[in-house]
Amino acid sequence: MSGQWEVVIGLEIHAQLATKSKIFSAASTAYGAEPNTQACLVDLGYPGVLPVLNAEVVRMAAKFGLAVNATVAPRSVFARKNYFYPDLPKGYQISQYELPIVEHGELFIADADGNEKRIGITRAHLEEDAGKSIHEGLDGYSGIDLNRAGTPLLEIVSEPDLSSAREAVAYMRKIHSIVRYLGISDGNMQEGSFRCDANVSVRPVGQDELGTRAEIKNLNSFRYVEKAINFEVERQIELIEDGGQVQQETRLYDSDKDETRSMRSKEEANDYRYFPDPDLLPVEIDAAYIEAVRATLPELPDAKQQRFIDDYGIREDDAAILTTSLLLADYFEAVAGATEGKAQGVANFIIGDLSSALNRDGLDIEQSPVSAKDLALMLDRIKDNTISGKIAKEVFEAMWAGEGTADEIIEARGLKQITDSSAIEAIVDNVIEANPGQVAEYKAGKDKLIGFFVGQVMKETGGKANPGQVNAILKDKLS
Amino acid sequence: MSQDLHLQTLTQLAVGLGNGTFSSVDITEALLDRIESHNGALNAFITVTAEQALADAQRADAARASGNAGPLNGLPIVHKDIFCTRDVLTTCASRMLENFVSPYDATVVRRMAEAGAVMLGKSNMDEFAMGSSNETSYFGPVMNPWNLECSPGGSSGGSAAAVAARLTPAATGTDTGGSIRQPAALTGTVGLKPTYGRVSRYGMIAFASSLDQAGVITRSTTDAAMLLGVMAGFDERDSTSINQPVPDYVAGLDKSLKGLRVGIVRQHFDAGLDENCGVAVKEALALLEAQGAILTEVDLPNLELSVPTYYVVAPAECSSNLSRFDGVRFGHRAKDAEDLFDLYCRSRGEGFGAEVKRRIMTGTYVLSAGYYDAYYLKAQQVRQLIADDFRKAFADVDVIAGSTAPTPAFKLGAKTDDPITMYLSDIYTIGANLAGLPGISVPCGLVDGLPVGLHLVGAHFGEETLLNCAHQYEQATDWNDACPEGYQ
Repeated sequence: MSGQWEVVIGLEIHAQLATKSKIFSAASTAYGAEPNTQACLVDLGYPGVLPVLNAEVVRMAAKFGLAVNATVAPRSVFARKNYFYPDLPKGYQISQYELPIVEHGELFIADADGNEKRIGITRAHLEEDAGKSIHEGLDGYSGIDLNRAGTPLLEIVSEPDLSSAREAVAYMRKIHSIVRYLGISDGNMQEGSFRCDANVSVRPVGQDELGTRAEIKNLNSFRYVEKAINFEVERQIELIEDGGQVQQETRLYDSDKDETRSMRSKEEANDYRYFPDPDLLPVEIDAAYIEAVRATLPELPDAKQQRFIDDYGIREDDAAILTTSLLLADYFEAVAGATEGKAQGVANFIIGDLSSALNRDGLDIEQSPVSAKDLALMLDRIKDNTISGKIAKEVFEAMWAGEGTADEIIEARGLKQITDSSAIEAIVDNVIEANPGQVAEYKAGKDKLIGFFVGQVMKETGGKANPGQVNAILKDKLS
Repeated sequence: MSQDLHLQTLTQLAVGLGNGTFSSVDITEALLDRIESHNGALNAFITVTAEQALADAQRADAARASGNAGPLNGLPIVHKDIFCTRDVLTTCASRMLENFVSPYDATVVRRMAEAGAVMLGKSNMDEFAMGSSNETSYFGPVMNPWNLECSPGGSSGGSAAAVAARLTPAATGTDTGGSIRQPAALTGTVGLKPTYGRVSRYGMIAFASSLDQAGVITRSTTDAAMLLGVMAGFDERDSTSINQPVPDYVAGLDKSLKGLRVGIVRQHFDAGLDENCGVAVKEALALLEAQGAILTEVDLPNLELSVPTYYVVAPAECSSNLSRFDGVRFGHRAKDAEDLFDLYCRSRGEGFGAEVKRRIMTGTYVLSAGYYDAYYLKAQQVRQLIADDFRKAFADVDVIAGSTAPTPAFKLGAKTDDPITMYLSDIYTIGANLAGLPGISVPCGLVDGLPVGLHLVGAHFGEETLLNCAHQYEQATDWNDACPEGYQ
């Protein structure tokens, strides 16, 4: 990207709220049911039916508002957004428009230089999801599945404070971890429970007014957000540099072709004719309610990250990684609390060996075959010199494969470290005797050869000699 | 078997049922016979549920025999065809819903059924309750039993005509701008529109959600009070229904009017009011005064804006409420649609009548970007002013009285080419809807053989006072016993 362009991005994130029933009806929100089996008369927009607000969504939205340091409105109002579409049964979507439940929030991400950057959250409002049109496999007809109709969504709108695709992803990840910490959304992106629209524009560096923006709809993975924004930024810059103009329009990201495509222009945009929904009362929240919700707030990612740094003394970037997910953070704390080993060592093992094993097998932390308790016991065996860090990898893989606890595996495979000095001395003597040339070089000042000798000893012992002891004995004998 | 079951009020029928003088089956058979003989001329019914009614009547009689009689046990009722009735056609008098069978009962229907009422059928109405003469019905106009060339008013015209013609002692209605009270006035019946939120709107097909309210048309205020007691009350399925205890409305009817403060709106007796109607209403006011009421003039300075305000708010809401009728899931679907847009346009174009289309277009316009502030928002502000006027007035008076409609029943076809004149027939009733207040129309005279209604508006949740005042007036006159020629 050429240096004279500045990128301006705002995100609208749709987080599906994790309620049992829908926002305005008693139908279930469970994912994956047979089409149209989870849509009641209210969801189907039958004549005469009326919406009744699920109180749980208000509590969840308030929780989110407090978590991002926002104002939770004492009075918010549901409005109707009117447009015709087959998957929108009533011909309008119930949403919040002029008076949303959450306003003026913020969160912090790291910018390209690693500095803390504030991202404003304009608002977050409650709304119902639409159903789904199905165009494949129906012999030329279109089908409609209204199971999703009426599913509660929290639409979280950022200020245009994001300056790159990377920042946009960092912001989206932060929101993702917040909603999951709060337990208000499962954040499942494959199921569409967490998705976003990105408003992207560019302007020459130094220009005050914003460029014309394009809105990229329905991005449902962090990777797509990054790729779609990067493509769109390139497209807009190229367009302007070639003398063209960016059109205000809605675009779709095609992940197969890695490009965005025009969906509809501003001229074709609907006039949604918003007006307050006369079927629903304004949502009124008093201070006592807000305080009661505040009392239920868990420790949030930023606070937990800081506590990990302060209390466990682990590196900042490791603390950041471990706190992206509440379950991962809990796992870390469970291991760190149970082992005699150093917390940084725990962090290293989780971020390194454990995470790659999870990735390799496509598992989430809660599905890890190695429990926190078992991992702690294994790390204890490193700490007490029963095994070396290198042997630990083998022990861990065996635990992963279900061969038993660390102790059982060490015993069964004979992996116990050799710590008997006389035994190590005997092997060291053999190695020195067998490599007179290297001994001479070492004595002449080639200190680095110590590694060679250690390696030889380890080879002889099948990696089981205590590396610290080997080192000390070698240095003693070679001096 | 008594020959005059059709002449009895609900209250009288309840006594006879209680005494075992006749059964619910007797009543039901008698009224079904009358419907069969007279409905051809009146067109008051869209659906007659004879078979179901007889079965329900038998069940009611059995329940009574086993000591399980609910408050409306065995009593007949007719529901306006805007109320959803399970397994029975619910058309809203529209081609759009010509074949729509509701899978559920409206709360009003359910509560009455649970109280033991027997539904005789579904009454004709203006299409989607949009009209003041019952001429917008897809199933044709209803004729006024007082003069078959005249309209019974609307939109609950079928309910009013059926009650006036003694085809049923009671029928439900809905009132968005006067749709219960105006037809009651034009047919010499009692029409009660409760406070907004007093009766659940669940299952009542929405016209203008912030104005719609269910009520009843009867031949006596006692019957209206009895039915309101069954219909009223909080419904968790309607967020706008209000959780307030339901008083015994019948028990409060017999209070003296001594000291009751009755407000008169001077503008409601100006040139817009038919002179003879004015005379009848003034006589009624004089009678109230004679019964101990104190008449005072009240000022409602913004009330003259109620018709234009209403014709912004109501169409705006209806344009959105009627969007669900798109030919996709239920209702009329155009044949051989070329694409989605064509399906929408033709289904709605064919399914809706002219007045409904006019209001959808008006409503769509007033909510459009660039017009919202000038129309919809302004209308909501004026609505607030009107409500404030009423609130101030009710600090000084207990009820406000006047004529229900500006004229007696008008000829069918007389106003169909001039929507504005038609809209003005609700000029005295619309204010109560905009302010969410209860109102009642009781018969107070005949002008050239056509009934005139006395209109009383009460304060918020002032149904007891309203019914008490109407009842005391009714006791002192016999206008509500007047029966159109040929229907005795």
